[in-house]
Amino acid sequence: MMSKAVISEIHRRIAEAFNVFDNESSKSVDVREVGTIIRSLGCFPSEAELHEMIAEVEEEEPTGYIRFEKFLPAMTKVLMERKFRPIPKDVLIQAFEVLDQEKKGYLEAEELKKYMTQEGEPFSQDEVEEMLSAALDNKENVIFYKDLVSKMTFEDL
Amino acid sequence: MGCGATKSNELQLKKYQRGSIGVPAMRAALLIQRWYRQYVARLEMRRRCTWHIFQSIEYAGEQDQIKLYNFFGYLMDHFTPANSERNLISHIFRENEICRDIEWERYFCYKNIEVPELYSGPHLSFPLTVSNVADLVEAFKNKQQLHTRYVLQLLLESWKLLRMLPNINQVSTCQTKEITICGDLHGHLEDLLLVFYKNGMPSVEKSYVFNGDFVDRGKDSIEILLILFAFMLLYPNNVHLNRGNHEDYIVNLRYGFTKEVLGKYRLHGKKILKLLQKIFSWLPLATVIDQKVLILHGGISDTTDLNIIAQADRHKYVSTLRPPKRRWVASGGNSTAGRHKVNGRMDNSLQRHCSLAYNSPLRSRYNFQSRSMQNFSSKVNLAVEEELKEQRRMAGLSQSYHDLRSSLSSDSDSDNYETYEDDSNEWKQIVDMLWSDPMPQDGCIPNEVRGGGCYWGPDVTEKVLRRHNLQLLIRSHECKQEGYEFCHNRKVLTIFSASNYYEVGSNRGAYIRLGPDLVPHFIQYQANRSTRELTLRQSVGETERSALRALREQLFAHKSDLLYAFQDYDTDNTGWISLKHWATAVEAVLRLGLPWRVLRSQLVTTTQDGMLDYQGWLRELPITEPKTELVQQSLLETMYKQRSNLETIFRIIDSDHSGLISFEEFRQTWKLLSSHLKMEISDEAILDMAVSIDFNKDGSIDINEFMEAFRLVDRTMNLPSEPNHTKTDE
Repeated sequence: MMSKAVISEIHRRIAEAFNVFDNESSKSVDVREVGTIIRSLGCFPSEAELHEMIAEVEEEEPTGYIRFEKFLPAMTKVLMERKFRPIPKDVLIQAFEVLDQEKKGYLEAEELKKYMTQEGEPFSQDEVEEMLSAALDNKENVIFYKDLVSKMTFEDL
Repeated sequence: MGCGATKSNELQLKKYQRGSIGVPAMRAALLIQRWYRQYVARLEMRRRCTWHIFQSIEYAGEQDQIKLYNFFGYLMDHFTPANSERNLISHIFRENEICRDIEWERYFCYKNIEVPELYSGPHLSFPLTVSNVADLVEAFKNKQQLHTRYVLQLLLESWKLLRMLPNINQVSTCQTKEITICGDLHGHLEDLLLVFYKNGMPSVEKSYVFNGDFVDRGKDSIEILLILFAFMLLYPNNVHLNRGNHEDYIVNLRYGFTKEVLGKYRLHGKKILKLLQKIFSWLPLATVIDQKVLILHGGISDTTDLNIIAQADRHKYVSTLRPPKRRWVASGGNSTAGRHKVNGRMDNSLQRHCSLAYNSPLRSRYNFQSRSMQNFSSKVNLAVEEELKEQRRMAGLSQSYHDLRSSLSSDSDSDNYETYEDDSNEWKQIVDMLWSDPMPQDGCIPNEVRGGGCYWGPDVTEKVLRRHNLQLLIRSHECKQEGYEFCHNRKVLTIFSASNYYEVGSNRGAYIRLGPDLVPHFIQYQANRSTRELTLRQSVGETERSALRALREQLFAHKSDLLYAFQDYDTDNTGWISLKHWATAVEAVLRLGLPWRVLRSQLVTTTQDGMLDYQGWLRELPITEPKTELVQQSLLETMYKQRSNLETIFRIIDSDHSGLISFEEFRQTWKLLSSHLKMEISDEAILDMAVSIDFNKDGSIDINEFMEAFRLVDRTMNLPSEPNHTKTDE
């Protein structure tokens, strides 16, 4: 059982993250920001899992806003149960290696683009452009995914 | 992010059934997408936090200034003319004497200022021609400076025109089909040029409204002003300027405009500033389009009444931070007192007493004013009391302070009293127009964050718009990431035209185009092409580094207080505290309302099992230049906390704008500051500080050098540089 102190600290963390997006101190945020809030707290949900969670915290009649009142208990549960855990670095690299069928050690821009926009939970044009601009090695126009993963992995809070 | 959970599952299933690339690849893609979206979310969070950091530090600074200003006011009211401290700051309160216009023109005579042969900048002739103004814009684009003679001439002509304008400009779209509205520019010349480039320059076919805050923070404030005035003179029916809260000489002292002008115009800068003081007070307060759209800089309050505003003598309010100077006849029949011959000091001291005595709902709006009085009442020592008595005696009043207050609150002089109330109401209206911010909740409360104006809610918007039969309120005053933002059911629109305001990449600027249908169209932009090409990660990085640097400076400035706070939690004196306590302590000391737990990983890099060696961490915060090692730690911290205040006081004291102050003035600055902060600073400590700086041969201190000597160097940075809004470089 978690101590009260630990839970209250979790509450504070959630409140802080929530407030960053609550520009008008109205105790509610735009539903489109909820994904960012959840992820910034260290969670790695898929889009499907995210939508489920949003459905849970939405109003009976969706208003486009999520209230802190409903968000807090749901998010506390997520953190306490350690749901949506991070993806370990090596698993991530393996995933890239699956896509890199020829085992070149890198992916062509077009290759990655195709996978990201056609498979799984597809990226939008904007998302994939942004990813490419960050991931592409300028000189060779390919993505060295091992480096990419190292560059972009954060320590868990 | 539009599709629902089930739909994407279906899609995946279909793909699988078609046997496109196989399950492992699909799973791999899913994993990568999940990971990448998390990464982007983290970045977005950091970007938002950065924003909050800048904003909270900015607003804390504004609040700071108001407090300092009120402190001066208090001093002014309680020190006799003989007191040298008072002399030092008296001229900040000495507003333009009520002169006749002819006298003004003579004072600002430009005719005997010769333009040398060698001058390669633009030449202006009056009345201005289109090519004059085009040359001016071109010259500024090429970083040239306009000659003082032309500056003075231009300002004089502008003043003549502004005097004739009403408080509220009335504009119609039937004359000019479309009107362009720009928000805060804050000395960002590139943004103004960008707007002209994208939208075309003002002309009879192209009307513009510029909604205040043309100056301060950016480095080309004077150029922007000159361009705007030039266009206004050229097309008086098509270019409309509204006053912003930064069109105020007192605010300019702190936020860089004064410094900029003095730097660019060494000989005549002071004259130019004095003329601008007057010109700012003549700027119109609002613009109304087709009687339906109200445009003003800050906002409104529940008492906003355009009829009152329309009738005001707007030029009385040279600085909106200060109640208007006015005649007052002493109750009790001593009619020789209170004439403006005894000058503003007397008027204002009685006014201040008035505002305390008068028990009205207005009082809550001005708790920033009354608060400063209350703070000091207990601190008034014997010497001051004596001086106070002496002052009253000299002013011809024999009553005690207490009697004075109670006599004022009686109805004995109701006539003058009422006039005061009207003025005060008028003043309040103007302050509200220039300083207020919208809030999402209903109601209207004092704007404690900025220290002036109020926060107003959607119900107030509704009420005021209806009262005047308006449909939209356009305002500026707040930086928005996208350059514009709606609120209050799209009845209030904020427009902000200075891109990269906090730091390169921090935000876009925008302007509005409004046609006869009165539907706003937005055009956004960002000066500095390279920022557009930066990836999200890179631009977040730049801005963030800058924000964190500013934050670390704040932390450094509060080192002693932080140490005490940490030690409170470390009851066993281990030297370690939990991260949770770190966050709580930091917020308690800094009170910036920032998400410390979110920021923690950026500010605290070495922890062990969730615990922090706090003394080590404090030591790692930014270091100071070697010169300052002689100075007492606590004084040093005060120095950093009060940088802006200190610099403001210096510049006020430096009455001839030479950039130099004497040691005695330096000492008195610290004395002033120490009584404002209610702390003890010994003469010895001040001497130590002065000694640690190189004096000039004649024993004076160069203000810029002094400020430089105490610059913080951030350990984590390779090349220290400051965010563009805290420093105006020449």
